[in-house]
Amino acid sequence: MNINTTKVISLLFFIFSAFYLYTAYQIQVFAFDENAPFNARTFPIYLGYTGLFFSGLKIILPDPNTIKVQHKTLEYKKTAILIVIAIIYGSTILKVGYFLTTSLFLFSSYYFLGERRWVLMFLLSFPFVAAFMYLLHGVLDIYLRDPFLQSIGVMG
Amino acid sequence: MIEGILIGLTTALTFQNILMVMVGCFFGTIIGMLPGLGPMTAIALMIPITYGFDPATGLILMAGVYYGAVFGGSTSSILLNAPGVPGTVATSFDGYPMAQQGKAGKALAIAAWSSFAGGTLSAIYLLFMAPSLSKVSLSFRSPDYFALMILGLTAIAAFSSKGQFLKAMMMVVLGLMLASVGQDSLSDITRFTFNNMNLTDGISFVLVVMATFAMSEALTIILKRNDPTSAAKQVSLTELGSIKINKEERTKMYKTIPRSSVIGFLIGVLPGAGATIASFLAYGMERNVVNDEEKEKFGKGSVNGLSAPETANNAACSGSFVPMLTLGIPGSGTTAVMLGALLGFGVQPGPRLYMTNPEIFWSIIMSMYIGMVILLILNLPLIPYIARILAVPKNYLIPLILFFSITGIYVMSFNNFDIYLMIGIAVVATFMRLYDFPMPPLILAFVLGGLMEENLRRSLLLSNGSWEFLWDRTLTLCILLTTILIVVWHFYKTIIKK
Repeated sequence: MNINTTKVISLLFFIFSAFYLYTAYQIQVFAFDENAPFNARTFPIYLGYTGLFFSGLKIILPDPNTIKVQHKTLEYKKTAILIVIAIIYGSTILKVGYFLTTSLFLFSSYYFLGERRWVLMFLLSFPFVAAFMYLLHGVLDIYLRDPFLQSIGVMG
Repeated sequence: MIEGILIGLTTALTFQNILMVMVGCFFGTIIGMLPGLGPMTAIALMIPITYGFDPATGLILMAGVYYGAVFGGSTSSILLNAPGVPGTVATSFDGYPMAQQGKAGKALAIAAWSSFAGGTLSAIYLLFMAPSLSKVSLSFRSPDYFALMILGLTAIAAFSSKGQFLKAMMMVVLGLMLASVGQDSLSDITRFTFNNMNLTDGISFVLVVMATFAMSEALTIILKRNDPTSAAKQVSLTELGSIKINKEERTKMYKTIPRSSVIGFLIGVLPGAGATIASFLAYGMERNVVNDEEKEKFGKGSVNGLSAPETANNAACSGSFVPMLTLGIPGSGTTAVMLGALLGFGVQPGPRLYMTNPEIFWSIIMSMYIGMVILLILNLPLIPYIARILAVPKNYLIPLILFFSITGIYVMSFNNFDIYLMIGIAVVATFMRLYDFPMPPLILAFVLGGLMEENLRRSLLLSNGSWEFLWDRTLTLCILLTTILIVVWHFYKTIIKK
């Protein structure tokens, strides 16, 4: 039996299903529901067993379609940077506000992906976000929280 | 039915809805054209925009995006041999060779006319079939629905990826597991929340769609940026050639379109099948039907070979609306996204939809005709210009996709936790995609999770905990036997192949 990454993922899924099943058994149900034909833990328990069954089969059975990923050609660094920028964006959007954080997120993402056309980068961040904000907030009446714009009096 | 058609026309022909069809078709075409971004991503990106509309308008916009994206996918298939969506893979078999012969404009025109004809014909089939099926589906009971959901999930797993049935079933289970997070619908007992208040209401559908499609799609594109096998080819936009179709080519299309549209529609109706299988089947059938001389041209730029899959994939799109509108059970990942959006609007699709919300039911059907005409008007003259979208640098495209995804969650919940959760799910989904774990089964399962548990609950309570409900009714038994047949057929095919 070959141990390839697909099988490792299946093994992780097997462990996850086992944990899910354990947690499903821990769900507290009402005393009168304990012996009912169906209660809050019934469906999750079936799901846990089904997960164990399919991932177990995937681990045991031979894998004729082995996927080979060329890790050397993958851009892990840029992807990781982009994820970190997205996390920073997510953590500041509520406190700072939609306009500034979104514009800075777009601008920095373009930069880290290798873009250096500054005018285009600017146009596709600050004015673009302003136009999009107008579409959502002004035209479609979708509320957008923006403490920064409120503090400088641009947004009501 | 006449009354329904009039209601549909009244709703679909309002200025706002016509505008939405146009916007949907336009953006769908553009997004579908970009290799790697399919109709599910396109629709997912549109969800935040639809928050501001009524359900009928929102769904009309999403339907426009859907068939626009399917058509857009054929453009990158023909010009780059890089299908934007799996449903247009078969289009590249003859479309790309035609483009290489300097007839790219003609290939795009054949694709546009075939898509138009396929979509229009199948909208006519839908018009007659949907109300009848709605009446039949009123007789469905909880065990039938439960069995039907098992059938849908098994079928999408069996058809989703060649030789990857177990992987797809694992994704189905994962989708159902994600759907089980939060309060139990009947007893209000919280499950799998680990005392985190943010999870009490469960994981949002939009969050899962954005994470597994839009965001992970963007991360995958960046990750595989230097992969020589996925590097985008350059297209010469000055060599599109004429878009005129001559009489001989038209004659060929007249024969191909009707049969391919029937195949496409019927395959689209089946749960789990959809545009990809429809286009391959239509291509295969067309190859068997034509004479030997024409058969030789297949794979080298055949008009029939291009027209058949293009007709079928658009016909399948309309067909896939049948189970969603009449049974409330989506037949594909894309209609699952639309079903989720409908539930978000507070509309419950199903057999009673065309009685309780006739304006939604009929306006979607009527908007399809309008959409097809708009797609044709939009695409034929704009082909050379729209094709330039293929040159959009990924440095701009990727951040914009991430921006739309995060905005979608932000305007929905104003909660940092949801954004972190979305990024986390997207990272896991990106890694799983690398190893060919399909995402559509996960979405379908996530959408059906609540309904499935509800119907299993009712069935088990009515049968006092016995599983006999699975074979008590003939209809339930037939659906289950079909499910077993699909699984057996799938394994038989895999073993035979070995």
